[in-house]
Amino acid sequence: MQIRVESLSHIYAEGMPFETVALEDINFTIESGSLTGIIGHTGSGKSTLMMHISGLIKPSSGRVYAGGTQIGLKTKESREAARKIGIVFQYPEYQLFEETVLKDVSFGPKNFGFSPQECEEKAKKALELVGIDPDEKGKFSPFELSGGEKRRVAIAGVLATEPEVLILDEPTAGLDPRGHREILKIIEQIRRLHKPTILLVSHNMDDIAAMADQVLVIDGGRLAMDGTAAEVFARREELASMGLGLPSTSSLLSALAARGMEIRTDIFDEDEAAREIARALRQD
Amino acid sequence: MAIKDITLGQYFPGESAVHSLDPRTKLIGTVIFIASLFVVDSFGGFAVCALCLLAVVKLSGVPLRFLMRGLRAVLILIIFTAAINLFMTPGVEVWRLGFIKVTEEGIYRSAFMAIRLVLLILGSSMLTLTTKPVTLTDGLERLFRPFGKLGLPAHELAMMMTIALRFIPTLLDETDRIMKAQMARGADFESGNLRERARGLIPLLVPLFVSAFRIAADLAMAMEARCYRGGEGRTRMNAVEFGKGDYAAFALCAMMLAFAILSRKLNWF
Ligand SMILES: Nc1ncnc2c1ncn2[C@@H]1O[C@H](COP(=O)(O)OP(=O)(O)O)[C@@H](O)[C@H]1O
Ligand SMILES: [Mg+2]
Repeated sequence: MQIRVESLSHIYAEGMPFETVALEDINFTIESGSLTGIIGHTGSGKSTLMMHISGLIKPSSGRVYAGGTQIGLKTKESREAARKIGIVFQYPEYQLFEETVLKDVSFGPKNFGFSPQECEEKAKKALELVGIDPDEKGKFSPFELSGGEKRRVAIAGVLATEPEVLILDEPTAGLDPRGHREILKIIEQIRRLHKPTILLVSHNMDDIAAMADQVLVIDGGRLAMDGTAAEVFARREELASMGLGLPSTSSLLSALAARGMEIRTDIFDEDEAAREIARALRQD
Repeated sequence: MAIKDITLGQYFPGESAVHSLDPRTKLIGTVIFIASLFVVDSFGGFAVCALCLLAVVKLSGVPLRFLMRGLRAVLILIIFTAAINLFMTPGVEVWRLGFIKVTEEGIYRSAFMAIRLVLLILGSSMLTLTTKPVTLTDGLERLFRPFGKLGLPAHELAMMMTIALRFIPTLLDETDRIMKAQMARGADFESGNLRERARGLIPLLVPLFVSAFRIAADLAMAMEARCYRGGEGRTRMNAVEFGKGDYAAFALCAMMLAFAILSRKLNWF
């Protein structure tokens, strides 16, 4: 589904002494089936933006469209469209509540009115997708699992609703390197198998550079940049002024370029970067 | 989310003379104000109390509109009280429809009770609006410390209140977050009959309890790591002392109470 956001603004606690303008006049379009990376400093409004796209909060002004239907209205079409948007919140493991892993993952499909059999099927499929064996771990209490497993079960809980748009809000926050890699693998897997539109909020520039077709930079509630990873990460000074860094490859290449080396800086793949450095060294 | 709209018991940041009073002064002042409301038996007396309250509000810089918002949460209570008094007071009949009748005494009493209730709520809101929860419990602790000899664990009670107050916003945020996460999975907290709604709360309450216990365990560990071991021998970082403002406030409160008693003796309208 294509996502379109039009002059979206959001003010928390409007009219109160501590009101916060979280989003201000945001406009962008995301193509169906693409992966969009969203980066920005903590408190810049990324999570608020994601909640708008999933129709969980109402804009102070502006509109959000998913596949041409406006999201967040009380109409039947709007609700139908919102169902096709799944959101994995920051630290999603805190939403687990059922007695067993399988029941918890079935919660979404059950709410969407599928039969118990269909629910179980969808839950098992989702668990397999996140690399958890439903026959082995399905009967466990979700509270017995390890941190990384809990996170993956919570993600499965959203995947079980078979979303056409999948929003992941900092899905790797607080995980060890292995847990981090596992989540990335899951994202790749979902892309290959189901081709949903994915929105990935992350502080890890390497992940964004490696995966995103489009990158949105949010700064103080405003959309500061919108382009490909190469376009966005080329604006190094601006990013630095927002407290954002570069992917490690471009960071290294930029440092070399700053020392006078004739070298490209828009490379996000390690091997390719190594080849470029070797080439530049031979030239010197 | 509606949860965020609750303003009762909220703190309104500021640096006014009222904000910087000793919390004990404000606590005692509030008690005196409430006592005055119950001593007063005439509209004239209420007018004096209301004027005193208005002066405090003006001095504190809390917008009147913001203060009034607090009434919304208890509007039903006020209307209910007024209605009961209006229809249930026996006396000279002025209007009647079937078995419902309104009496002269009823009108008088219902207006009287409504005003008393409104002033009561506004007065006590001013206490929490101008005092940080932590300062407030600090004040309570110091007020109740003399009772420690009688076995009242003043410090422990105050610490428990401080912690509870400190974590109310945290738990509200957490509630909001979990509700949204479950709503995204199609959970419905708003429709269905009572039974369905109660069942529908399980996906909210279980994670909330888990969070609360996690927070409590973390906090206990953090307190122990800093060698917390109860109130004995503890000193304060910000010791509050009575100042000129506090004495002035006490004088004003005493005057208000005197007026309230006087108004009763003199039988003002
Ligand atoms: N429920 C809320 N009530 C009031 N303010 C909020 C709420 N949620 C977020 N904010 C404020 O809105 C701004 C944006 O927050 P958020 O969207 O969470 O940013 P990010 O996800 O980029 O860290 C912050 O200043 C934050 O304090
Ligand atoms: Mg966030």
